[in-house]
Amino acid sequence: MTAAPDAWRVSERLADYGAWLDAMDYDAWLSLFHNDCDYQITTRENEALGLPLTLMWCDGKAMLADRLASLQHVNEYNLHYPRHVIGLARPRGDADTAGDWFVAPYALYQTTLEGQSRLFSVGRYVMQWQNDAGQLKLRTMQVVADTAQVPTLLACPI
Amino acid sequence: MNPSGPVTQSRSVEWSNPDYSRVPFALYHCPDWYALEMERIFRGPTWSYLCLEAELPHKGDFVTTYVGDTPVVVSRADDGEVHAFVNRCSHKGALIVRQPRGNARAHTCIYHRWTYTRDGRLSGVPFRVGIDGQGGMPKDFDPACHGPQKLRVSAMGGLLFGTFAPSTEPLADYLGEFGCELIGRFGARPLEVLGYSRQQIQGNWKLYAENLRDTYHASLLHEFFVTYGVDRATQRGGVRMDERHRHNMNYAFGGSDTDAKAKAVYADTAARLDRMKLSDERLLHYESEFADGMNLATPTIFPNLAAIQINNSLAVRQVRPQGVDQFEIFQTVVGYADDSAEMRRHRLLSANLVGPAGLVSMEDGEAIEIIQRATRAERAGQTTVIEMGGRGPVHDQAHRATEAPVRGFWSYWAELMGVSAPGGIQ
Repeated sequence: MTAAPDAWRVSERLADYGAWLDAMDYDAWLSLFHNDCDYQITTRENEALGLPLTLMWCDGKAMLADRLASLQHVNEYNLHYPRHVIGLARPRGDADTAGDWFVAPYALYQTTLEGQSRLFSVGRYVMQWQNDAGQLKLRTMQVVADTAQVPTLLACPI
Repeated sequence: MNPSGPVTQSRSVEWSNPDYSRVPFALYHCPDWYALEMERIFRGPTWSYLCLEAELPHKGDFVTTYVGDTPVVVSRADDGEVHAFVNRCSHKGALIVRQPRGNARAHTCIYHRWTYTRDGRLSGVPFRVGIDGQGGMPKDFDPACHGPQKLRVSAMGGLLFGTFAPSTEPLADYLGEFGCELIGRFGARPLEVLGYSRQQIQGNWKLYAENLRDTYHASLLHEFFVTYGVDRATQRGGVRMDERHRHNMNYAFGGSDTDAKAKAVYADTAARLDRMKLSDERLLHYESEFADGMNLATPTIFPNLAAIQINNSLAVRQVRPQGVDQFEIFQTVVGYADDSAEMRRHRLLSANLVGPAGLVSMEDGEAIEIIQRATRAERAGQTTVIEMGGRGPVHDQAHRATEAPVRGFWSYWAELMGVSAPGGIQ
């Protein structure tokens, strides 16, 4: 069994995660995920109520790839540049999760093509990273948005 | 807007066409029209959706909601009945209840601790008799005369509706046979809340009311529908309305067209009919569950409700106006309480289709915002052009190249606002 990943290495991978989303380099971003991954965006409101609804749920890498293909070729959305500001990861540290779970806070800004910026979403990542052939991969990514009231629409992954 | 003037001051609209095929852009921007809408529509003789009965199973359960932009508390009281009252303290006007939902013995305003019963009566005023015989409220102060305004509440298919106006017809009459059938269809079995989503759009609320009545845009703006064959305008479907055209439904039957026909019809659009496929098709799976066979049904009840079925994804959308140029879509995604574990999971997966990140719904937010932006600089007399599906009288149509229900909406809007077009459609 390989050693559990440490928080510093997870933070380094999260830096890639945010930078690739900001560059809209979705192929690179997708490469961060384990084949058997689970990607969800939910809200703190639903989490607090114990309600299972997500805003986005990709059950497996194929579904995540479908979401990205639809985003790039099918869906229309507000034209913008994204900018992720991601805090340092720390172990999740609750009793019922193994050592590969981490949390990190994020803020996501959007800037229009005319240069007007707004805070789009703030929240935290709750994630499970696993070693896969020497690389850290995301097995689970739960984006828990404090910003339950989505401005305009939510097209691009957070 | 003159804050001291009566909001009921009469206004007029120059309808260039009596069939409401030309809507002045000013109606999306003028704060005076907005104030009048809050009064004559949302506080007028209409039933607004409040919340689900399933959200208030026990005595003392409450949710806070909105009727127009008026904050409202909905609460199950000691008598077991659901009551609704304005969420505004009678003393100074502060919010009485600040939590979105919960359970409470009574509701106490934090400012001076005025307390209200579960059914919205003022029951406690601190220092009412003064302290050591000094101060206090005048002797003739009667708490019974100072409760918050109450709404009449009525239920249909597990959905709760409220109205401010004493003159509003009974809910069943308001919904009509049409509305009762469709809300009854949606709520045929006890509902279970799966979660909430909220989408805040910088646009006038009527643009969304129109959007919900516009089957023309569905397969064009929401290209996912066509690309992956969930829904195409070539499928059997159409639009239905109540007699007064205030409520409507767009509907379709999945799999009722051929690929060849769809390709021919969509040839002049940018649609990618056969160039893309999902690698995981579970999202598109439809487990037939309604006897009528419709896989898409969007009953929309004037003024603030849509009960959406897209495949196995079921959601109640409430429109919450937040000023003339902003509104929230508050969406409650539901299943049925007797769903199997597999069906529940499938509904949660199908929820990818709807909501602020919905693969077939997200675009509405952008479409509405770019209308609001582009029409802000409107000049007198500039209007929309609403002619898809024909001019003149509005009626049900068993096809989908139409936006006639949008004109139906404006006809009823104009009636409530007292600005009907001379000789206009009814």
